[in-house]
Amino acid sequence: MSPAMNAIEPLPLSSGPDAVPAAKPALLSVEGLHSGYGRIPILGGVSLTVGEGEFVGILGHNGMGKTTLLRTLMGYLPVTAGRIRLGGEDIARRSPTARARLGMGFVPQGREIFATLSVRENLRMGCLLSDRDEDETIADILTVFPRLKAYLDRPGGALSGGEQQLLALARCLCGNPRILLLDEPTEGIQPSIIEEIIETLQAIGRARGLTILLVEQNLTFIAGLSERVLILQKGVVTREIPPEIARDRAMIEEFVGME
Amino acid sequence: MDLAGLLTFNVATGIATLVLITLGLGVIYGMMRIINLAHGEFMMLGAYTAVMANGAGVNIWIAMLVLPPLVVGAVGLILERTVIRFLYGRMMDTMLATWGISLGLIGLITTLYGNVVRGVSTPVGSFEIGRYGASLYSLVIIATALAVLTGMFLLLRMTKFGLILRATMQNPRMAAAMGVSPDRIYMATFGLGAALAGLAGGVLAPISGVSPSMGAAYISRAFITVLGGGPAIVTGTGLASSVFGFINELVSFRTTPVIGDVALLVAAILLIRVLPQGITGRYLRRSL
Repeated sequence: MSPAMNAIEPLPLSSGPDAVPAAKPALLSVEGLHSGYGRIPILGGVSLTVGEGEFVGILGHNGMGKTTLLRTLMGYLPVTAGRIRLGGEDIARRSPTARARLGMGFVPQGREIFATLSVRENLRMGCLLSDRDEDETIADILTVFPRLKAYLDRPGGALSGGEQQLLALARCLCGNPRILLLDEPTEGIQPSIIEEIIETLQAIGRARGLTILLVEQNLTFIAGLSERVLILQKGVVTREIPPEIARDRAMIEEFVGME
Repeated sequence: MDLAGLLTFNVATGIATLVLITLGLGVIYGMMRIINLAHGEFMMLGAYTAVMANGAGVNIWIAMLVLPPLVVGAVGLILERTVIRFLYGRMMDTMLATWGISLGLIGLITTLYGNVVRGVSTPVGSFEIGRYGASLYSLVIIATALAVLTGMFLLLRMTKFGLILRATMQNPRMAAAMGVSPDRIYMATFGLGAALAGLAGGVLAPISGVSPSMGAAYISRAFITVLGGGPAIVTGTGLASSVFGFINELVSFRTTPVIGDVALLVAAILLIRVLPQGITGRYLRRSL
């Protein structure tokens, strides 16, 4: 993948309007982000960037601040210090609604699909952010997630955990987000669907130039998807695993094991 | 036979009245878990709107059916923006605040129009069920109740706004991640609930004494019906109104209206004892 990227780098197409020579202009950049619940600080200065079209994984154990980080990025938790920029615009004080409209897509931990709404209605909610025709968008997304086709009129809450995860992804993608924030998509899900999610995300990543920020503790999943892996410990990014290692589960394990 | 016909007609009227006085409260409670203690006063404002507009020469149908929901809906929007929106998620505080609003509205209307009972004459006459006379106006009440229930159902089921309402009611945080502003949705819902209360006041104005304290006569029945109905706004309101309306009218017919109200209360206590979450908390949970 990266040689291919290098090959197209000099073309004016990829250089963007500000003509920065970098291969991947930062879509999301976070500087010194502090956040927490009430007076309890969880994030103590997280800095990271995610380039346009990049898949970045954040690895960390429970309680290290992964979910807090995504919830702060989405605007559910207040930023106590630091900056969040999306496409150059400072969004640290914006509401979740405003951030969603600016192109932040969020697939939360636990899926949080609308349980009594049908699968189709869940997808229609996802379509609110898209200016395309609703039926077309849904037909499109169903070609990516064919498994959901059979369940369109069932209540979302009646699906299995894995199917709900697919629905949550599909719902988010209906809104055509600029960046997808994924919070532990493998939690409590059967391995066959984990494979399916990896393949689906790789496929749409290629087809649509999707940008993803993923937090996980499942090594297989994070290695299968991420171009770069950051390690989050006690509320700060402690190190970055280089891309050649990030692609290999065994090597990440070794790398993390060295700590 | 004639008697059975009259009784059926009265039961239908009783149910329709309950639907009308309950739906506005049910919308606000069902969507936002806010107990609006000013609901009765919203109805009172609707009734005053009808009386005043009719007195000023406005066509009686417009004065009863069109102006009250508009006026009271606007009042609801203003109160939501100035008071209620700061209190979401704090049930006790919203109860206190809406109780305060209710006292304030009673005081305001008493100051403006005096503590006297006014009325509007019913715009339609009566008809006969066999040997008995029945008020045609009851038909207006039944028709209005059917129309608001159907309208509410269609709004929730068929429109994009209804979809957004249902999603926001379930998970406002996730709705926000789809670009919905929960704040706006709550504002619209409160306005809608207030407008429905206003409509109820307007429609019931000709058959009730319109006075500043008239809301108190309706509020308890409305609450009981909302709690009995449970979370589904349309189905819950419809079913609970049917059960309570039926019992109330039947017992009132056999005894006196006071005993009828007692029977309604007893039925409500039994229902809540058996189904603490209301009818739609146990049955028909996926209904609207």
